[in-house]
Amino acid sequence: MKVIPRSSESRGQATLRKRGLSRRHLREALTFWAFVGPNLFLFGVFTFWPLIASGSWSFTKWDLISPTKDFVGLENYQRMIADPIFWRVVRNTLWVAASAIVIKVPLALVLAVLLNRRLPGSKLYRAIIFSPTFTNSVAIAMVWSWIFDPFYGLLRAPLDLVGLTSPDWLLDMRWSLVAVIIVLTWQGLGYSMVIFLAGLQSIPAVLYEAAKVDGASEWALFRHITLPMISPTTFFVMVTSVIGALKVFAIPDVLTDGGPLYSSSTYLLYLYENAFNWFRVGYGSALAVVLFFFILLVTFIQNRFSQRWVHYG
Amino acid sequence: MKSLSLQNTRWAHRLGTAVALVVVTIAAILIGIPFFWMVTTAFKDWKEVMIFPPVWIPAKLQWENFVIAWQQEPFGRYYINSTITMVTGTVAEVLIAAFSAYALSRIENRFREIAFMVILAAMMIPGQMTLIPNYVTAYRLGWIDTYQGLVIPSISSVFGTFLLRQAFRSMSPEIFDAAKIDGAGHLYCLFGIAMPLAAPVVATLTLYLATAKWNHYLWPLIVTNTRNMRTLPVGLAWMAREDAYGDVGEQHKMAAVLLVLIPMFILYFLAQERLVEGISAGALKG
Repeated sequence: MKVIPRSSESRGQATLRKRGLSRRHLREALTFWAFVGPNLFLFGVFTFWPLIASGSWSFTKWDLISPTKDFVGLENYQRMIADPIFWRVVRNTLWVAASAIVIKVPLALVLAVLLNRRLPGSKLYRAIIFSPTFTNSVAIAMVWSWIFDPFYGLLRAPLDLVGLTSPDWLLDMRWSLVAVIIVLTWQGLGYSMVIFLAGLQSIPAVLYEAAKVDGASEWALFRHITLPMISPTTFFVMVTSVIGALKVFAIPDVLTDGGPLYSSSTYLLYLYENAFNWFRVGYGSALAVVLFFFILLVTFIQNRFSQRWVHYG
Repeated sequence: MKSLSLQNTRWAHRLGTAVALVVVTIAAILIGIPFFWMVTTAFKDWKEVMIFPPVWIPAKLQWENFVIAWQQEPFGRYYINSTITMVTGTVAEVLIAAFSAYALSRIENRFREIAFMVILAAMMIPGQMTLIPNYVTAYRLGWIDTYQGLVIPSISSVFGTFLLRQAFRSMSPEIFDAAKIDGAGHLYCLFGIAMPLAAPVVATLTLYLATAKWNHYLWPLIVTNTRNMRTLPVGLAWMAREDAYGDVGEQHKMAAVLLVLIPMFILYFLAQERLVEGISAGALKG
């Protein structure tokens, strides 16, 4: 390092340059915060603060209107454990999740594999099967509630054909949840299929060509190449379907209003009812906290186990 | 021998394609039928509605169903509300995403990574968790039954920030440096260079957000109390709900559904590729 003798002139220049530099730095810093600030501020007010608020309100009893919140400790959580409706909606929500994993995801995978064969008109097929994803859920629920009409509904036709009487889908406790699941499957199939299609397209074609040279059958190709190579996508679709089940609202709300007697109600519907129909803010917040931890748990399982269970190509 | 087996596999392939076509066609029909049933019901006379076995094609198109449906609820007002909510919400969210993505990729700052982590962390908090506190906030701010109440709580952006940040990062720094030498500021770099270069991403994001906001149901249901402030999905749900005595015919309900869906049908028809792309990008990256 060479020491430069400082003349008064060069020192003046140095401070001038430093001041100019720091002014530019300051301007850069201000611009940075002005640019990200709005996003961070809105997240603070409408995302992070609600997390804290829900957490603390879940230990209180409050009706949204009165100025004071009464601290009740763990009462809301204790009530949840003793609440048969809570367990009913949890069970219904788990049924929705299970139906997605057992029915929707395999169907979506089959359709994606078939469409991936470069069928004539595959773009049109994809567009049709995907279209419910873009269709308003309220509209879907209204169309389906007409289809489910036990007298004049469209679904009566195939049942009549095989000699069955149509159940009163939306008013029968044994069928209301089935009806909700049918609609959710119809609505969500295309979304899962499109995700699978994206996953399938990332499988290198070389693998198939090599196996074909060895004379592998179509089934063998599916079983030993497609299925293992697509497993990260399958896992992802399953996890998002489970989380999606926890967020189901519009379809049961419009189709059955969760009824009769909570037979088709879901977690979010019950949360909404508690908070906004009955003004049980404390109990509703406790439900929200449990929902949050459940989603966190599912996401954690996804991150923790995806490497072990899933083959990443 | 070899040519025979080759022929066999070719036949097997053709058979496979045929089976695949049949299966996919059945699936497309099953997905399509409810849409067809909705459209055809919307044009039926009540006698063609209340009949079994069902009538597929109405004898005469009953256009007045749409007039009656339009009068059942103030749908004109709902249309205006939905349009205002969608347009302002989408523009605001795209701008917020663009500004933060630019700052997070093109402006040096000590806190850049931390700020990005905070935004990503927001993704871990489900919107359902924020419903009750956000209602309280909206209430305290006097935002119940207002457009700001409908729009502002959901314009902060993780997905858009992430998507645009990726796009801005992949641009070569030389373009920006050259502009800066010519005296351009960050605003010009963002709106004159980065956004136009990322136009396909911006378009995908805009379409994705617009459809999501147009279809949003739960928050508008919570934050509106008066009929005049309802959006289309909420108004449609009220139409279905208020019909406890069954005075509204199914043909009128389906006509209303069709009136609500038409803009999205047109959009889907025009920009299907881009919308599908947006959804899969959202799923795989978000």
